[in-house]
Amino acid sequence: MSSGIEAQVLQPYKYGFVTDIESETVPPGLSEDVIRLISQKKGEPSWMLDWRLKAYRNWLKMPEPHWANVQYGPIDYQAISYYAAPKQRPKLDSLEQVDPKLLETFEKLGIPIEERKRLAGVAVDAVFDSVSVATTFREELKKHGVIFCAISEAIREYPELVQQYLGSVVPYNDNFFAALNSAVFTDGSFVYVPKGVRCPLELSTYFRINAESTGQFERTLIIADAGSYVSYLEGCSAPVRDQNQLHAAVVELVALDHASIKYSTIQNWYPGDEEGRGGIYNFVTKRGACRGRSSKISWTQVETGSAITWKYPGCILQGDDSIGEFYSVAVTNHRQQADTGTKMIHMGKNTRSTIVSKGISAGRGQNTYRGLVKILKGAEQARNYSQCDSMLIGDQCGAHTFPYIDVRNSTAIMEHEASTSKIGEDQIFYAKQRGLSPEDAVSMIVNGFCKEVFKELPMEFAVEAQRLLGISLEGSVG
Amino acid sequence: MTENVLLQVQDLHATVEGREVLRGVDLTVRAGEVHAIMGPNGSGKSTLAQVLAGHPAYTVTAGRVLYEGKDLFGMPPEERAREGVFLAFQYPVAIRGITNAYFLRSAVNAIRKHRGQEELGPVEFMDALEAKLEVIGWDSSYLTRPVNDGFSGGEKKRNEILQLAVLDPKLAILDETDSGLDIDALKTVAQTVDKLRRPDNATILVTHYYRILTHIAPDVVHVLAGGRIVKSGGKELALELEEKGYDWLREEATVA
Ligand SMILES: Nc1ncnc2c1ncn2[C@@H]1O[C@H](COP(=O)(O)OP(=O)(O)OP(=O)(O)O)[C@@H](O)[C@H]1O
Ligand SMILES: [Mg+2]
Repeated sequence: MSSGIEAQVLQPYKYGFVTDIESETVPPGLSEDVIRLISQKKGEPSWMLDWRLKAYRNWLKMPEPHWANVQYGPIDYQAISYYAAPKQRPKLDSLEQVDPKLLETFEKLGIPIEERKRLAGVAVDAVFDSVSVATTFREELKKHGVIFCAISEAIREYPELVQQYLGSVVPYNDNFFAALNSAVFTDGSFVYVPKGVRCPLELSTYFRINAESTGQFERTLIIADAGSYVSYLEGCSAPVRDQNQLHAAVVELVALDHASIKYSTIQNWYPGDEEGRGGIYNFVTKRGACRGRSSKISWTQVETGSAITWKYPGCILQGDDSIGEFYSVAVTNHRQQADTGTKMIHMGKNTRSTIVSKGISAGRGQNTYRGLVKILKGAEQARNYSQCDSMLIGDQCGAHTFPYIDVRNSTAIMEHEASTSKIGEDQIFYAKQRGLSPEDAVSMIVNGFCKEVFKELPMEFAVEAQRLLGISLEGSVG
Repeated sequence: MTENVLLQVQDLHATVEGREVLRGVDLTVRAGEVHAIMGPNGSGKSTLAQVLAGHPAYTVTAGRVLYEGKDLFGMPPEERAREGVFLAFQYPVAIRGITNAYFLRSAVNAIRKHRGQEELGPVEFMDALEAKLEVIGWDSSYLTRPVNDGFSGGEKKRNEILQLAVLDPKLAILDETDSGLDIDALKTVAQTVDKLRRPDNATILVTHYYRILTHIAPDVVHVLAGGRIVKSGGKELALELEEKGYDWLREEATVA
């Protein structure tokens, strides 16, 4: 009989290790005092503190949302520690000044920064436990007038820019997790690309959650001024933990006239063990505003990690002729749950959006695509193309698709395609008959399935994405 | 004589979906030989091929198979492939999004790794591939297309032969690779197979047509009917079958 497609040897999470850099951690719990302490530690101006407190007071009144197709036990927000920082010096000019242990950690993750730096010319802003510890290529960027720094630094150094744009895409009271983030965010990145500048480097950040029970509340703000272009890469991994860790990040993108932002994510946080113990709760709000004419925002994500992913990177297409794109690969294995998709809000004339979503479920994983395409009254000749494909590996996993469409202008053109398929035993056998291992066979077939998304990734990220996909599906096919 | 035996099938029984399809197949293939297997539709030819390759849908219920003296069924399918067993599928499978070149290189490298050889990079591999492409009369545009995706029936068959030529196995099992080919393609395929013939490898050719056997002279022709090899002979047996069909054999089998 068919011995084939069933979970067998399960692969332990390969990136599980803890770095013992001393953390300076605020005791668990959340209150106005804790927020004041965070703000003070960061040396923030009073408007920032006021904004945080406003968010906090709103958050207190908001119920935790439970509409997503995911299940998890109650989160004790008072048990979370809202601030952790490596103890040493905040400012670094070069990688040589970085704690060697930290660099080793990155190396273990297969992210040799220095290598990368040399080979690919990537400026890396390494965020380690909520504080930036390494910033490179600053000088090169500075020459072009590009600002790329920790957001806490931006709050101090470029208050006008931050004040103008922070919360302008994701308001402090947008949703429960965004409000929480607004109240307590400790770090994240800030990017400003001036008018007409094509950012000469791909900007890259590696996030890592390290200190025990430290929630990560990253806040990223990217502003592409008129006629500029920037490509931003975000990639992460976390160590094995026996307890759930909450991650509630907010990313805001603003593209002005003719500006273009490409935002690529590889998310590989600890997914929990085979029984669903541990793992990261990844509740993220990502949104971009195509504010200017002919502006463009493109989201590409490869989500292989986390116990629960709750994430809908969206685009508000305000400017006429603006373009929004969303390319996604989401993998759930073992007991992982993902509820992810996008929101495309068409406001301007001739706005166009493209959605390509690839969901892969293995083990007992549950994968939900949830997408909203909204065409407002004034959005003459708006167009959307959506393609949602699901692949099932084994028969204990699930794929679900919830495409919401709301069209209020009759000139809109909407196209939607969806498919669900089981990974073919014949395909796997064909590859094995040519000498490929079962793992490589599955990995190859799944990679082929994801091709349309991977081709949107910057070259070296694509390579990493393929490797990750292989790792996260290891053991899913016999 | 046993020295040169590459494949020895003994009293092989196999079921699919609970039905016995192979009912005691005996077959000995020596290095340097080409065996043709003919027989009516549904008689179990592809089943035999798939069982030898290790397809999980088929269950071996009795008998054994020695490949180079080793128990073939002790090896998972990928190991059989790495040890030199190649099956050209009657119905080649498409893999979306993966180029032919990448697929082929992965296969070559899996085998090289198994042999302790260094894996080939894309550039080195391409060089080696160019020559093979010429042999089957293809241009390199086929390499950048996804594996068998959108290929015509004949193109898929040719693609199997390209893989055969690149992987250069010890035991090639060609399951109706000659079906669906135009006359020129048939000639090319036959010539390729013939060129690959060496004293240290062997081919099992499943076919319905005498024609291909005029290009590749078989050492033995077998008739598989009702899950058994009911008759074996020389090349002339194929010609006889071409003229008479299989009915007379069925009668002969029941009489016997
Ligand atoms: N995967 C399968 N599932 C169900 N039945 C199968 C399967 N494979 C083969 N069979 C059955 O087993 C029998 C033998 O099939 P097989 O494909 O081996 O025949 P064949 O000799 O190759 O025929 P043809 O000349 O038409 O290719 C047939 O009755 C077929 O329906
Ligand atoms: Mg057949």
